[in-house]
Amino acid sequence: MAILVYIENTAGAFKKSGYEAVSYAKAIGDLTGQPVHALSIGKVDPVSLQHIGRYGVSKVVEVNTEQLHQFVNQAYAAVIAEVAKNIQATTIVLSNSFSGKGLAPRVAVKLDAALADGAITLPTIKGDTWEIKKSAFSGKAIATQELTAPVKVIALTPNTMEATEAQTTVEIETFQPSVSATDLSTIIKDIVQATDKIPLPEANIVVSAGRGLKGPENWRMIEELADVLGAATACSKPVSDAGWRPHEEHVGQTGLAVSPNLYIAIGISGAIQHLAGVSSSKTIVVINNDPEAPFFKVADYGIVGDAFDIVPKLIDAFKAYKNH
Amino acid sequence: MKILVCISNVPDTTSKITFTDNNTALNTTGIQYIINPYDEIALARAVELAGNGQGTITVIHVGEAAADPTIRKALAIGADDAVRVDARPRDAWFVANQIASYAKTQDFDLILTGRESIDFNGSLVQGYIAELLNIPSISIAKKLDINDMSATVEREIEGGKEVVQVPLPVVVGTAEGVAEPKIPNMRGIMSARSKPLEIIAAVDVPALSQITHYDTPPPRGNVKLVDKDDIAQLVELLHSEAKVI
Ligand SMILES: Cc1cc2nc3c(=O)[nH]c(=O)nc-3n(C[C@H](O)[C@H](O)[C@H](O)COP(=O)(O)OP(=O)(O)OC[C@H]3O[C@@H](n4cnc5c(N)ncnc54)[C@H](O)[C@@H]3O)c2cc1C
Ligand SMILES: Nc1ncnc2c1ncn2[C@@H]1O[C@H](COP(=O)(O)O)[C@@H](O)[C@H]1O
Repeated sequence: MAILVYIENTAGAFKKSGYEAVSYAKAIGDLTGQPVHALSIGKVDPVSLQHIGRYGVSKVVEVNTEQLHQFVNQAYAAVIAEVAKNIQATTIVLSNSFSGKGLAPRVAVKLDAALADGAITLPTIKGDTWEIKKSAFSGKAIATQELTAPVKVIALTPNTMEATEAQTTVEIETFQPSVSATDLSTIIKDIVQATDKIPLPEANIVVSAGRGLKGPENWRMIEELADVLGAATACSKPVSDAGWRPHEEHVGQTGLAVSPNLYIAIGISGAIQHLAGVSSSKTIVVINNDPEAPFFKVADYGIVGDAFDIVPKLIDAFKAYKNH
Repeated sequence: MKILVCISNVPDTTSKITFTDNNTALNTTGIQYIINPYDEIALARAVELAGNGQGTITVIHVGEAAADPTIRKALAIGADDAVRVDARPRDAWFVANQIASYAKTQDFDLILTGRESIDFNGSLVQGYIAELLNIPSISIAKKLDINDMSATVEREIEGGKEVVQVPLPVVVGTAEGVAEPKIPNMRGIMSARSKPLEIIAAVDVPALSQITHYDTPPPRGNVKLVDKDDIAQLVELLHSEAKVI
């Protein structure tokens, strides 16, 4: 029995959520006494491959077949399942990222496995039955899921487990999978990546603004604040509906769910549908000129006042802190 | 073109979520059920794609009779017929097996789901269906077009988007951007009453996992208000108390 962790990459480098998955798999290895193998699919630079060792995993399977240089969930799922069978893995860990969501159920079907999607805790192991928690009802509840099948697939929610370092040396084994043509029928035509920006789902800090900002021209200060903090920017739904900001930035029930360490909400009222996407953030700061704004009820820190007055001061204060 | 749209019936977004039976089941008292918002997007796009007699739309729901009003609403919006698999939708694995088993008896070119259902937020049903049918799937579609038996889909990726082309049949999970939800008109509502709603029995699916209980997230402490003329205090609190910067 072994544990297999699939590490996602973009443009040749592993994602932060991928290292979190490695560290999580290592922690399960420590709980079960099973060896952990990491799997990389696609073209990943050698430095990144060595980097896996930082998180305590020494065995790396590298699949670098030309046909698999771009992500196709059907083909990647086939590879993950094939490698899992080869090493007799009974636990498969991956990230519950956009791509991971497309992969996890497919891998589970191929391996007759139980699937814990959106895991937010390590498993509690009771023999063959594992208990794992996930968020449900758009952040309004936490569900405990019991996995009873012998093979288990766990999709870890990004940003819930910190990647902890445990340096070890890496042995890389190259593997040639048997991928069929039907698995490769999806063709990637174009990838548009905003490389200079921090992807919202992975961000540690998110600066978000709502209709209180009055118009798109006022987002310069929001971007500047995000820059100072190394944060991603987000917005409420009406803001993206109005075209003030791109749809990718919309968080909430019908947008993206995020769980950063710090969520700063500026000029957002805190409607229940908005909270659904942000309430699992570790710390919430609310800036609103209405002391009755519902968002204050779920905030850790708040400032009652005009965003146009406060945000520039906040930028200065964070700059001063950074230079300190 | 034959389109199948999977409809899930979920608590209205403003519902207060509480549990009963020792926190093992959702307390459904007073909960208003609606079509999952993302499924409305899927259905709206299906209506556009099947317009002018270019296709037919079947909606499928796995659930009990209490969901029939939701199914009728989908018919009113523009589906041609509906199927309800008569069973409690235990989990995504169970639901997907029901849908895949029905789809195997038909020849759908396009199977649409929402990107996720807002109750369990799993995003699992579509991947399960596609794998059970051994066909491609695209999750989190922001745009969807069909040309000559292939689909062109813009899909969301972390920090960007990707445009993919994929042959039919395919399963696509739709998100905002694919279409604007449609409100049923009077004619739709009238005709929905007489459209066929077939009720079929569920197939057996072994359980691989189950939800044993629910907790409500710990309430946050009271908000600490910082004076707007003392912003430095907020920075200090975030640093030394919250330890997030
Ligand atoms: C089915 C459904 C799904 C939905 N999904 C989502 C979702 O995913 N995400 C989402 O965000 N919403 C969603 N909504 C919409 C949601 O209900 C709210 O309408 C929305 O979140 C409000 O956005 P807002 O806070 O930016 O705007 P408003 O509610 O208009 O709030 C603006 C706030 O700014 C404050 N303000 C005004 N001027 C200033 C100033 N100068 N300085 C500081 N503060 C100021 C005001 O006091 C107010 O609190 C959904 C709604 C429905 C029905
Ligand atoms: N009970 C159900 N019946 C039919 N379709 C469903 C059901 N539950 C979920 N789905 C479909 O699967 C999608 C994703 O659901 P989930 O995997 O639960 O997040 C939904 O948007 C629906 O299209």
